[in-house]
Amino acid sequence: MNISKDTVKYVANLARLGLNDEELEKFSVQLNDILQYIEQLKEVDISKIQPTAHVLDIKNVKREDKPAPSLSIEETLSNSPQKEGSFFKVPKVIE
Amino acid sequence: MLNSKTAHELLDLIKAGKASQDKILSDLKSRIDKVEPKVKAYAHLPKETDYVKQDSLLKGIPIAIKDNICTKGQLATCASRILENFSAPYDATVIEKLKEKGALIFGKTNMDEFAFGSSCETSCYGPTRNPWDLKRVPGGSSGGSAAAVAADEAIWALGSDTGGSIRQPASLCAVVGLKPTYGRVSRYGLIAFASSLDQIGPITKDVHDAALLLNVIAGYDKKDSTCADIPAVDYTSCFTKDLKGVKIAIPKEYFIGGLDKEVEESVKQAKAVLGKLGATFKEVSLPHTKYAVSVYYIIATAEASSNLARFDGVQYGFRGKPSASDKSGQMISMYKQTRGKGFGLEAKRRIILGTYVLSSGYYDAYYLRALKVRTLIKNDFDKVFKDFDCVLTPTSPTAAFKIGERLEDPLSMYLSDIYTISANLAGIPAISLPCGFTKDKLPIGLQLLSAPFKEEDLFKVSYAFEQNTPWHKMKPDLKV
Repeated sequence: MNISKDTVKYVANLARLGLNDEELEKFSVQLNDILQYIEQLKEVDISKIQPTAHVLDIKNVKREDKPAPSLSIEETLSNSPQKEGSFFKVPKVIE
Repeated sequence: MLNSKTAHELLDLIKAGKASQDKILSDLKSRIDKVEPKVKAYAHLPKETDYVKQDSLLKGIPIAIKDNICTKGQLATCASRILENFSAPYDATVIEKLKEKGALIFGKTNMDEFAFGSSCETSCYGPTRNPWDLKRVPGGSSGGSAAAVAADEAIWALGSDTGGSIRQPASLCAVVGLKPTYGRVSRYGLIAFASSLDQIGPITKDVHDAALLLNVIAGYDKKDSTCADIPAVDYTSCFTKDLKGVKIAIPKEYFIGGLDKEVEESVKQAKAVLGKLGATFKEVSLPHTKYAVSVYYIIATAEASSNLARFDGVQYGFRGKPSASDKSGQMISMYKQTRGKGFGLEAKRRIILGTYVLSSGYYDAYYLRALKVRTLIKNDFDKVFKDFDCVLTPTSPTAAFKIGERLEDPLSMYLSDIYTISANLAGIPAISLPCGFTKDKLPIGLQLLSAPFKEEDLFKVSYAFEQNTPWHKMKPDLKV
């Protein structure tokens, strides 16, 4: 197991996370330590075990399709870094 | 001073005409003025308090709230720069319930950024300090709530617990902290860290208050589809004086290397107290305990990396400026700048780890494997609870550590949650109680765990223990 600086860079791009060179270096060392520790899971026999994604008995939760009060446009936009009219404004997406 | 009382004591005093909400608030404010510069338990103190003048259950008694829980019109920053100006547009369900019962929402407490940590050091506001020794951490991530309650800067508080974030700080600060069963309390309005593990719970000065607070916040909520449709009981009605017939399991895997000798000795003495009250003990094995930290840091970071994808600078919070030189375009560059500058180091570390274990080619090796070992950990507990009412362990392997001591070594920080993580993985309730002090006067905590939706068993044993020990009455000397 070895996480190089390039792997961290690749994963950071997947997560849309800007990292500087110092962070890339630091994380590659620390993540190697953590993954090395996690390797211990390989010794467990899981061949007949079902995964647990949720601890409670799961049942479908249904409700009537009835409108209920929700946030107004003003409230929804109240925290936006940039807005225009009733929209969130973002940098240009299509060149 | 009324700020040093518990909520149930204040309710009695109000009933007897010996206390008023005005006097409680003025005592609390003057205490905060004196000790907050030392402890730094709050992320946001209330600027202007809305008095709740109603004759309902909680009589306007103030409560401090961890800063990852939404309270309408107040900041909810998760102690992160990326949410620095975020004002919650609605109340979390727990806040709605508190307000309905007449509680006063009073201040937002400091925490590790997005609840990522065990020390409160990763907050963008700087660390909270342990009221018992200001050079030490209060634990985390609900360190602000635990420190505020311990320092009498709050009557009681809410925290959240994903891997021990209520119990470990409660242990390190000598207060009571309860993580309810997964699904017992609605998570609606709690800013998500790991959705299959997160629970909101009380941090209080004694067991009675914890039960009283759970009474208010427990129960089904249609806004959280993972909230259990199982009726809650009156948790204040399960207190008893003796523990005859109570069977307690001692898992041998929790009493091995890494456990501090003084902590071990205090837990042993606590066991003797419970034994005198009639409880019986037997050693058991929870054989997959040693894998809990590994399983946790795969599942928790995977879920966190997914939950934190919403912080992209579009709808709320901090937005970074796109860099002209980024060839991936202005929009993607904006995302990267926002997240790169908005998140702190630990949040970035967890996003990277979580994205890595979910990425193509590693999913089966890490994430799916972790979910399967999680099943084994849960099965271990299911088996024990067929024969026992409770499991007894230390809450934390050591007392409070020094600020800075573990910050550069993430793995050693992660291992401080070694005794608390399993309860979240198994979804079971667990409580931490003060059970002694080290020779350096640092608090030690005892943890009790029970079967799902059996919080009443925890309250029964905890209350009897507390009635027969002095630890919960001890107060730190903040020299003011």
